[in-house]
Amino acid sequence: MPLSDDQGVAVKVLDQELSGLDALAAQVGSARSTPARVWSAIWPKVAAIVLGLSIWQAIVWSGWKPEYALPPPGPVFRALWQGLLDGSILNGASLTLRRAVVGYSIALVVGIVIGLAVARVKVLRIAFGSLITGIQTMPSIAWFPLAILLFQLSESAILFVVVIGAAPAIANGMIAGADNVPPLLLRAGRMLDAKGFTLWRYVILPASLPTFVSGMKQGWAFAWRSLLAGELLVIIKGTPSLGVQLQVARDFADAPALLAVMIVILVVGILADAFVFGALERSVRRRFGLTDSAI
Amino acid sequence: MTLSESELAARPTESSRLGGTVRVRDVSKVFGQRGDTTVALNRISLDVPSGAFVALVGASGCGKSTLLNLIAGLEKPTLGDVTLNGRCALIFQEAALFPWMTVAQNVSLALKLRGVPRRERAGIVAELLETVHLQDFAGHQPHELSGGMRQRVAIARAFAQEAEVLLMDEPFGALDAMTRDLLHDELERLWLDRGFTCVFVTHNVREAVRLADRVEVLTSRPGTIAETFEVPFARPRRIEDPEVAALAGVITTRLRQEVRSHATE
Ligand SMILES: Nc1ncnc2c1ncn2[C@@H]1O[C@H](COP(=O)(O)OP(=O)(O)OP(=O)(O)O)[C@@H](O)[C@H]1O
Ligand SMILES: [Mg+2]
Repeated sequence: MPLSDDQGVAVKVLDQELSGLDALAAQVGSARSTPARVWSAIWPKVAAIVLGLSIWQAIVWSGWKPEYALPPPGPVFRALWQGLLDGSILNGASLTLRRAVVGYSIALVVGIVIGLAVARVKVLRIAFGSLITGIQTMPSIAWFPLAILLFQLSESAILFVVVIGAAPAIANGMIAGADNVPPLLLRAGRMLDAKGFTLWRYVILPASLPTFVSGMKQGWAFAWRSLLAGELLVIIKGTPSLGVQLQVARDFADAPALLAVMIVILVVGILADAFVFGALERSVRRRFGLTDSAI
Repeated sequence: MTLSESELAARPTESSRLGGTVRVRDVSKVFGQRGDTTVALNRISLDVPSGAFVALVGASGCGKSTLLNLIAGLEKPTLGDVTLNGRCALIFQEAALFPWMTVAQNVSLALKLRGVPRRERAGIVAELLETVHLQDFAGHQPHELSGGMRQRVAIARAFAQEAEVLLMDEPFGALDAMTRDLLHDELERLWLDRGFTCVFVTHNVREAVRLADRVEVLTSRPGTIAETFEVPFARPRRIEDPEVAALAGVITTRLRQEVRSHATE
């Protein structure tokens, strides 16, 4: 339809008014510089570490326990440095991390398959829904006797417990995510003619991502705990994993080495949480617009 | 400022354009199980011819959303028939965009699910976003936009569905007055341009008169049509036009009378 002059002008005015409003309404990115952001993220952490070390030192000085049982930070960090130099810590950490990655990957596959099946099939939901939550509440250490019966003192026994510790949390994340898709989005999907598999592929699965990632994160926490418990319980000869090093340090009453390994375990856990799962969670939340832009 | 005669004649009311039709016959809708039921609609009938713009007004809870859901096929009527000729799209009060996708991807998904080949999609998306004046926001996420902009994306997505019937459920209810005025102009322009059929639900009687050819007043629950008002005024209109205000006054009086009759029962 050809526009009359009047109409052409009217459309142009409308266009201008709309883009004026749009420009006012659209969010502008935060203007804070990167160094300032990094600094404000780092200094509280540094302060917390300094505070923790001071309290530790103060307890040692108070003479609550003899120094051979609770050494001060100095010798512990020397032991840590020693372990880093002779490679024993890196060896142990890489062995333990390899197990964590293998076990967690299996748990991820198992959790996703079970989660999808239970979320999609009503009968399975009724049959296994509460069972999955039940297994999740069971302390994973209770599985070890059975695991040792099944797999003897082997890596498989450890991995078995890691998988059984992590998979239910991952499956639950998947199920809860699929259950909590906003009805409005489901209706929008149906209005676009998405049904069955298409609805899952384009609406339900992506919409459930934030909840699923929370489940993944929780699953990792379970996996990491089960793994360390397993390395302490299931001692395999000739494998200097972090758990074994912990055990050996205790056997030789080598308190600085023991605490040094504990620090490594703590740091690995924090790094995995912050840089893998925390980052994943943040990027998903940002993508979905779930973050408060002020943070 | 009015449209000339020839332009009105050129208005695409013929079947060549995107005008679907809606026919609702004696439809009732009952929610709930026996014992605890709500009759949302009671033997309602409604005809929307091709290219028409019909507004539905009525008190809260009288079944307007239910009627749109029935027309859209999201719900089944308990009794009666709903016939929809042509593809339809439903626009909700809150734009139901997928938050994990950009504006362009949201529009593109509608094309994809309609089977439009990949290489054609980008061009169509760009064109549609230009139609709603959002070409500069293709790469934004929905949460980065204002409510009015999101509704325009929803409208663009409806066009991507090639909707011949546009069902709108209080689409501008959550917007500020100035944005709403602009979107009225925008919607009217698009409607004049494209000739789709529109069923528009609103609480706002002025908005109904501003936009529609015909305003249907619904009774309170269970909903049925109480009275029909034709809106004969020339387009484009403005919400502050005196004749719009006058007719809105008449309809509001009728609506209040309807609500009052319920109170005395
Ligand atoms: N899924 C449902 N189950 C039970 N009752 C429902 C359902 N949907 C709607 N109703 C009831 O049907 C009646 C009509 O609801 P509807 O949402 O269609 O009203 P409405 O006219 O759109 O109201 P509003 O103007 O507030 O949006 C209401 O009493 C509501 O409680
Ligand atoms: Mg409603």
